[in-house]
Amino acid sequence: MIRIANGQGFWGDWLEAPVRLVDQGPIDYLVLDYLAEITMSILQKQKQEDPSLGYARDFPPLIGRLAKKLKERGIKVVANAGGVNPTACARAVLKAAPGLKVAVVHGDDVFSRIDEFLGKGYELRDMDTGAPISTIRNQILSANAYIGAFPLAEALDTGADVVIAGRSTDTALTLGPMVHKFKWKPDDWHKLAAGTIAGHIIECGAQCSGGNCQVDWENIPDMANVGYPIVEAEPDGTFTVTKHAGTGGRVHSDTVKEQLLYELGDPKGYLTPDCSADFTSIHLEDTGADRVRVSGITGGPKPPTLKLSVSYTNGWKAIGTLVYSWPQALDKAKAADRIVRARLKSLGLSFEEIYTEFFGVNACQGPAAPPNPDPPEIQLRIGVRGQDRKTVDRFTRELIPLVLNGPPGATGFGDGRPQAREIVAYWSALLPREEITTRVEVIS
Amino acid sequence: MRKPLGDIAHTRSGDKGDMCNIGVIAFKPEDYPIILREVTPDRVKQHFGDLVKGKVQRYELPNIQAINLLLHESLGGGGTVSLHIDAQGKTYGAALLRMEIEVD
Repeated sequence: MIRIANGQGFWGDWLEAPVRLVDQGPIDYLVLDYLAEITMSILQKQKQEDPSLGYARDFPPLIGRLAKKLKERGIKVVANAGGVNPTACARAVLKAAPGLKVAVVHGDDVFSRIDEFLGKGYELRDMDTGAPISTIRNQILSANAYIGAFPLAEALDTGADVVIAGRSTDTALTLGPMVHKFKWKPDDWHKLAAGTIAGHIIECGAQCSGGNCQVDWENIPDMANVGYPIVEAEPDGTFTVTKHAGTGGRVHSDTVKEQLLYELGDPKGYLTPDCSADFTSIHLEDTGADRVRVSGITGGPKPPTLKLSVSYTNGWKAIGTLVYSWPQALDKAKAADRIVRARLKSLGLSFEEIYTEFFGVNACQGPAAPPNPDPPEIQLRIGVRGQDRKTVDRFTRELIPLVLNGPPGATGFGDGRPQAREIVAYWSALLPREEITTRVEVIS
Repeated sequence: MRKPLGDIAHTRSGDKGDMCNIGVIAFKPEDYPIILREVTPDRVKQHFGDLVKGKVQRYELPNIQAINLLLHESLGGGGTVSLHIDAQGKTYGAALLRMEIEVD
């Protein structure tokens, strides 16, 4: 049995979580997921400005902080902290923790290969809209292929203490150590599916151990000290989800079910670079306090394609807010919205979209929100989007004047006018997997 | 007898681009057939009104007494493009708990 713990569900997750996972009980592997779809583009921009950047900068100091304990206890770290510059990330880790052996997985970054792919006739159509990537060719900021667990396992096979990848899938970070330790084969579909589902359960950190849980949320104990999740994996593909003794939060079939359904599409065909996993085969059993055993998982062959994650610039947006207080808060906010729209129109400004929300009434849930006929206060929230920065900038001047020249009772403008922000949008496409060759490099 | 869905189920929601998915899980296995009968794509689309511009798809996971709902074109373009405060649909699952269903 091996213990695999997830200490980071995204870049920006709780800094103390990985440290506590190491300090508060036994683990064999610490896996850290740093990359959301949009993170790659932010990292690409940072790399363009400074070639020594482009990775998750939280990671090297964390490894520096943990290095001694990792070495003493033989805990291995697997992280997609490399972003668009895994080599620079590895160098920073070695600087922070000179005694460690670091392996880097290369091959996911295809930013420089887009024209090569187009030349080969791959249209790289967007998986949502069906549009060919040639329509946004000049706006592309980053392009990466999602890579699976086998390159990570290969990196662990080198005896590395820390494995750094770029755009590996979130689930591969957990499956990789299983493939490495249990010597699973590329066609062990059921086991690979089980490890993938284990990865899916823990990839969002505490979201499977009591965080964001609707069931009995008021009584989930000691959330201030929530325990991040640990998978106890067996060579046969069964596993138990748990957390360290004495930590807060809760691991129960309810919390695990919620996380199983998080960001799920077709449950029978969850596709990764490693396999297809069937979520309708999962059997859950509460086997003790904060212990859920998972078994029965089946899977099928990996797809012939890999998914590309492409980020590209797509115009500008700005969102401004003002607060209206009782009485008639909602009526006043609605009147202010009409005034802003009329003024934008008379200025001759046009946008791809103007979107208004009344925060405190129905901003989050729209028509599905419960009625709130006389709210004591409302935040008017108006957003605009368009391709022209100047047009979006002009909008940002139109809200605060309402404090003096609009309906009565406006406040909440202390932060000044909103800023126009460039939109970095996300494009996903499929590429024949033969185009991607990964390579492991040990850096010391 | 009519009740809100939240009396017999819990949910979690998230995003994939401009699509929101909502997992609906029965508290008790014996209530799963009620969810299958009542929480239909048409009813869900109606519940969210003009927030959902596209279709609603439904998948079944009888092993965990759950359904997975896909709400297409429901996040104002999704991700960084969206002007919505809840561009990831994080609160849509909770919103569905208000939907009234017929309970035996």
